[in-house]
Amino acid sequence: MKEEERLEEKSPIENLLRMDRIPHIWCPGCGIGTVVTSFAEALRKSEVDLDKVVVVSGIGCTGRVAGYVKLDSFHTTHGRAVPFATGLKLANPELKVIVFSGDGDIAGIGGNHFIHAARRNMDLIIICVNNFNYAMTGGQVAATTPRGANASTAPYGNFEYSFSLPYLAEASGATYVARWTALHLRRVTKSIQEALGKRGFSFIEVITPCVTLYARRNRLGDGLNLLKYYYDKSEIQHGADTRTLDISYQGKLIVGKFIDKEKPTFLDCMNEHLAKVLGNKYQPYGVSHD
Amino acid sequence: MKKVKADPKGVLTGAHYLDGDHSLAEGGLAAGCRFFAGYPITPSTETAERFSERIPFVGGVFVQMEDELASMAALIGASWGGKKVMTVTSGPGFSLMMENIGLACMMETPVVIANVQRGGPSTGLPTLTGQQDMMQVRWGSHGDYEIIALSPDSPQECFDFIIEAFNLSEIYRVPTFVMTDECVGHMTEKVIIPPAEEIELVERKWYKGPKDKYLPYKPDKDMIPFMVKAGDGYRFHTTGLTRDERGYPVINAECQDFCVRHLVDKIKMNADKIIKIEEDQIDDAEIILISYGITSRVAIKAIQQARKAGIKVGTIRLITVWPFPEKRIKELARKVKAYIVPEINYGQIVLEVERCAQGQTQVIGVPHCGGGVHNPDDIFKAIKEALK
Repeated sequence: MKEEERLEEKSPIENLLRMDRIPHIWCPGCGIGTVVTSFAEALRKSEVDLDKVVVVSGIGCTGRVAGYVKLDSFHTTHGRAVPFATGLKLANPELKVIVFSGDGDIAGIGGNHFIHAARRNMDLIIICVNNFNYAMTGGQVAATTPRGANASTAPYGNFEYSFSLPYLAEASGATYVARWTALHLRRVTKSIQEALGKRGFSFIEVITPCVTLYARRNRLGDGLNLLKYYYDKSEIQHGADTRTLDISYQGKLIVGKFIDKEKPTFLDCMNEHLAKVLGNKYQPYGVSHD
Repeated sequence: MKKVKADPKGVLTGAHYLDGDHSLAEGGLAAGCRFFAGYPITPSTETAERFSERIPFVGGVFVQMEDELASMAALIGASWGGKKVMTVTSGPGFSLMMENIGLACMMETPVVIANVQRGGPSTGLPTLTGQQDMMQVRWGSHGDYEIIALSPDSPQECFDFIIEAFNLSEIYRVPTFVMTDECVGHMTEKVIIPPAEEIELVERKWYKGPKDKYLPYKPDKDMIPFMVKAGDGYRFHTTGLTRDERGYPVINAECQDFCVRHLVDKIKMNADKIIKIEEDQIDDAEIILISYGITSRVAIKAIQQARKAGIKVGTIRLITVWPFPEKRIKELARKVKAYIVPEINYGQIVLEVERCAQGQTQVIGVPHCGGGVHNPDDIFKAIKEALK
């Protein structure tokens, strides 16, 4: 095949990517790209109006997603993607706002914002790519690093307890909670589709290998092997009690859709409550579109 | 720039008896602010309370966030969602906002922030006054950037200056601050709210060209890029990283030069249009007293005392503190024996006056560490000493 011919091969999700920014910065074997593919596929399948879809990212490897999707997209500050998205959604309730960020961004520095947005049942979709470490800065220990794993700032192994993100999300009030590994392409796509089709705070965690740092430091093999390892170690348990979802070092990964329920959103509650208390004088605000 | 009249729904036309904090909220509503995100902090909380009480009847959102980091982030998001946005805070909260004030500068996002200052550092004096964040407002976030800051001396000016702040923020796409203090915030006075048709507002500089040609950071002739809002089909990108005209990150010295120079120059080059100061009896003055906010009102007594004693004292009141009126201060320095700068901090704006005076005249600060206003006698004493 001639060089020109090969270059003409188009990615099926090209219309959703900023091709003028490709190649991306992610390492070969990293799972973030596959999650973006699942996201693009979910958008295509759910036939949402792409002009109304907004991606907000924080800082980190996954934080770069906002820069590659051809949608209105905001690459914000570390940990603040969720409150930024909250402002955006409340300013224009017509928007479908997706926060695409990493575990460090969402559960570490942004943990407080995460639980409060879930508590308010803010109508947002949170896609959290969990690679068990702070990758952009060189593989430091995170709130999600399993005990026993090595990290550059836990050179003798991590001894801290780690967050179980689905448990945290449910306890804080999320109305949709799922966890997959990056190799569960179709499952991730389906979860994002389901989240796009409902209102409320949706949380999707995707376990992803960090081949350059976490995998290398812990001698876990290359990206493809680790991707497959996570997949093979996973066990689908839809509806599992989120208290049972702790992740141990190289242990079993319980995946699936754990929570899927309906609950009025922040704006639903605000409009309903204020209309009840204030009567006709209340000016209903941005009645949500489905 | 497109001028529009205020939406009567937000304007509480009439003569009111309001404190500065409440007046800030009314100013915001009159200016068309329909999104307020904040976190309680003394002595500014009354602004958030007033806004939350009034907004259900106007149509908009008040949301109490989990902290000031979140408040500031939500404000930027909401501004890109198309709303006019504001928040209020005081010292410790202001410190937390600094991170995302930098983001607002970088993303060139119109946001209005009122700071009802109290004594610091740290928790300091929650219930007592200070003017100690005057340098923080200018330099508090990391990196090189410019902002606009106004300083009101009465509840009436809290109302007027918030409207002015919204207009400046929209024109220059820059965070704009109303730097008041506990004294003005908790001082109750008559506030006249004019009819909506007498309140002139500036509409955001919306881009109207072809969708695929939109460049979020291409400076227009007046240096200010056009803006769009999320959801209108432009599929634009913006970032806190150093970015080019397209809003795409470019990590090198050339792009940094383009980006930072623009953020600074758009305010510097327009400084003459932005700056407002109030001068009195400058012409034959041998001493000029420079002050701002509540301190300008306290200084009146000292000026009266001095004039009674036959000293020719002129005054400059800084309405705009940032950008600093450096040209005027420099120009007058050659004509007077001294600048006297009283302020409720240990010496902040006095340093800026010294810089602009360039050794042409003596610059005498009258510091007050906060917790109260000056005793006018101390200011009078400084005036007398300047003539020795």
